[in-house]
Amino acid sequence: MRRYTLEAQNIQKSFGGVRAVDQVSFGVRPGEMLALIGPNGAGKSTCFNLLNGHLKPDGGQVKLLGQDITGLAPRRVWKRGVGRTFQITATFGSMTVRENVQLALQSHRGELARIWSPAWRLRGGQADTLLERVGLAGQARRPCSVLAYGDLKRVELAIALANNPRLLLMDEPTAGMAPAERVGLMALVAEIARERGMSVLFTEHDMDVVFGHADRVLVLDRGRLIAEGTPDEVRANALVQEVYLGSGFEPEAEPEPGEEPPAC
Amino acid sequence: MENLLLQALNGLASASSLFLVASGLTVIFGVTRIVNFAHGSLYMLGAYLAFSIVTNLPRGHLGFWGGVVLAALAVGAIGAVLEMLLLRRIYRAPELFQLLATFGVVLVVQDVALLTWGAQDLLGPRAPGLRGSVELLGLRFPLYELVLIGIGPVVLGLLLLLFKRTRWGTLVRAATQDREMVGALGVNQRWLFTSVFFVGSMLAGLAGALQLPRESVNLHMDLSTITEVFVVVVVGGLGSLPGAALAALLIGELHAFGILIFPKITLVLVFLVMAVVLVVRPRGLFGKAQVAQAAVASVAEPVLGRAPPQLKWLGLVALLVAVVAPPYLAGDYALIVLTDMAIAVLFAASLHFIMGPGGMASFGHAAYFGIGAYGAALLTKWFAAPMVPALLAAPFCAGVAGVIFGFFCVRLSGVYSAMLTLAFAQIAWSVAFQWVELTGGDNGVLGVWPDAWATKLHFYWLALGCSVVGTLALRRIALSPFGYALRAQRDNTLRAEAIGINAFEIRWVAFVLAAGFAGVAGGLFAFAKGSVFPTALDIPRSVDALLMVLLGGVQTLAGPVLGALAFTGLHEQLVRATDYWRLVLGGVILLLVLAFPQGLAGAVRQRWEARRRPG
Ligand SMILES: Nc1ncnc2c1ncn2[C@@H]1O[C@H](COP(=O)(O)OP(=O)(O)O)[C@@H](O)[C@H]1O
Ligand SMILES: [Mg+2]
Repeated sequence: MRRYTLEAQNIQKSFGGVRAVDQVSFGVRPGEMLALIGPNGAGKSTCFNLLNGHLKPDGGQVKLLGQDITGLAPRRVWKRGVGRTFQITATFGSMTVRENVQLALQSHRGELARIWSPAWRLRGGQADTLLERVGLAGQARRPCSVLAYGDLKRVELAIALANNPRLLLMDEPTAGMAPAERVGLMALVAEIARERGMSVLFTEHDMDVVFGHADRVLVLDRGRLIAEGTPDEVRANALVQEVYLGSGFEPEAEPEPGEEPPAC
Repeated sequence: MENLLLQALNGLASASSLFLVASGLTVIFGVTRIVNFAHGSLYMLGAYLAFSIVTNLPRGHLGFWGGVVLAALAVGAIGAVLEMLLLRRIYRAPELFQLLATFGVVLVVQDVALLTWGAQDLLGPRAPGLRGSVELLGLRFPLYELVLIGIGPVVLGLLLLLFKRTRWGTLVRAATQDREMVGALGVNQRWLFTSVFFVGSMLAGLAGALQLPRESVNLHMDLSTITEVFVVVVVGGLGSLPGAALAALLIGELHAFGILIFPKITLVLVFLVMAVVLVVRPRGLFGKAQVAQAAVASVAEPVLGRAPPQLKWLGLVALLVAVVAPPYLAGDYALIVLTDMAIAVLFAASLHFIMGPGGMASFGHAAYFGIGAYGAALLTKWFAAPMVPALLAAPFCAGVAGVIFGFFCVRLSGVYSAMLTLAFAQIAWSVAFQWVELTGGDNGVLGVWPDAWATKLHFYWLALGCSVVGTLALRRIALSPFGYALRAQRDNTLRAEAIGINAFEIRWVAFVLAAGFAGVAGGLFAFAKGSVFPTALDIPRSVDALLMVLLGGVQTLAGPVLGALAFTGLHEQLVRATDYWRLVLGGVILLLVLAFPQGLAGAVRQRWEARRRPG
């Protein structure tokens, strides 16, 4: 088996003078849940954008299943098996939940050039299966524009799963949700990842979620990778404690369930 | 050599007046984000008002310059009232809706001017003391033109001072850069917007008033000015004052020298420059991306659904009547109107395809209609082609134009995209207008009659058939995976790219399809009229199509059909009933925009759904 599903080697990106991502290297192992944490502005979202092609790195390399995908357009990265959810939820507001997922499935099957067949006839069953899996079967016929925020996150998840990704990138999948909902969503993601043997790289502010679901944790601070390891190792890391000092992250204390996350 | 100098000076003079009008438009856009179509009408009003005031005041310096200033102030006041009564209510409406509303004002002003000042061109008095000319390097150059050349830079200087040195100017600049900031500053935003409209309109009025000694005042000043000014403002970068100045200079000189070097294609030249600038610098020379793009202006479009069965039956019955009834109708007139309606429906549906599902703003859809019409007409004229092959060639010609123009247009978004479509349409129009050997220019292509087998009734059936099949085909495409992908890139480009959708390709193909269907409508139009004139692809025709789509509503597939029928019917009735149909049409547009910002079909559907779900 391959050692890494995705490998980032010395990737970097600057905006003006700011080094948003500075010589970062890491690998995502097959089937693992890897958390990317760090204070606000650390460069997590930028990192994701470099991985899936929304931004071109100034330097470094990104490899997916051993193949160089550096600088490929997002849609090409997607075609090679990377799904993504956004920090600000992004769905198609003029379509129903089911149509959102159907469209992603149709795109995956290369059916978008079919201008003469009715879309509702294609991939409806598969869309229903996916929606069932993320717990949205009851909402399938509702327009995305009227959905609650937590449900939109699930729609995004279903869309991201449509191309059977080898790797799922989730930028703050639980931001803006109630604490109980968060744990529920991440538990679902972990379960799906296990079923499919899919790797998940996610950023998260809620330490309950991170320590509850991550197999490994990467810590980013001001664009640099400052720590990497199991949740316990990271918790014990002095540098990490320093970075998080005063922002509510207390690695020694067991986080109380239901507690508000650190302000972000 | 002398000739060159003279042309350069002429160019400067027209650049100066172009800048006056453009500066007003660009300042207004910068703050309010409204592209004010009626800005040219304000310019025209400036000229008319100056005529009335100056001719009624005692002759002399005070009479002339006092009249000019009074006219400018009056136009400023009109602009402020316009803002308070109309524009204030539609700041949050979609861009094209705003454009439509201001076009309603254009129509109203046209007829108000006609009622007040009559149809003849008016010749104003010359400026006292500036009637002669001066010797410049052995050349005689009109003194007034020289003064005009000076006024442009002076106004630019004053405006820059106003913006840099006053609190009002600081607020305007802040609002131009970042709209949210004004709200955050706790400023009385309403007052700021109204005052900006006052200043911008006043500049247009001033420019119009200053034309008095140069040329006759007429009812065509509004549209001819607004197109040029659009070019200037877009080339300079919307919202940028120095940009407007530089672009005015560029366009003014281009006109002056274009006449010397390429007398045949001066018009093409201007729009070509605009197209090139937009392709190279999509936001114009000095235009900047907005700092705070309001986080995805998500006016969530409603879900496109299949029509309720009752509506389908209604449509079917209407169609049946449209097929069966005409033979029993008396006279050719009804057939002509019905044929026009059928053509209009297809034209509107094709525009709707890129505007609605595609989310692209086209201000030059008439190009494809007209190219289809010319394609068919020229085939019959030069190759004596029969009707059917000529009709088949129409969508092909329009589609080819769509491939080329669309390649550039679909890369841009919003107002800039709309303006680029306008530029290409004007290029097509200029070719039709100026390439007299091929197209007959203003005299058009005549004698494009249907084959002998096709009576008026047969031709109507043919047009109806093409229209129905075309509209249903567009509908089917809109509901195909391709159509969904098209809507996906409109709803959320980021997400669309992240699920493998190539937004550029999808938009391009959609654009070409829309162009092709518009071409079919154009081909039918050529044979219905028996002739084609440059008006087949001019701005008013593009606006007609926009009106139909926006009246009907962008959000539903039935919208353009209803809109086209309503518009054609209304237009036809109005033209027959009154000489002042523009006034009524403009008034109706304004009322509709204010009452139904969703368009007719949207409103009908809402009522319908509210009735069906009582409580
Ligand atoms: N498009 C951009 N232009 C300029 N600066 C940016 C852009 N995107 C991110 N940044 C900057 O890069 C840094 C990292 O941002 P981001 O990746 O969003 O952090 P995180 O997701 O960890 O909160 C921040 O300083 C941010 O201001
Ligand atoms: Mg982030």
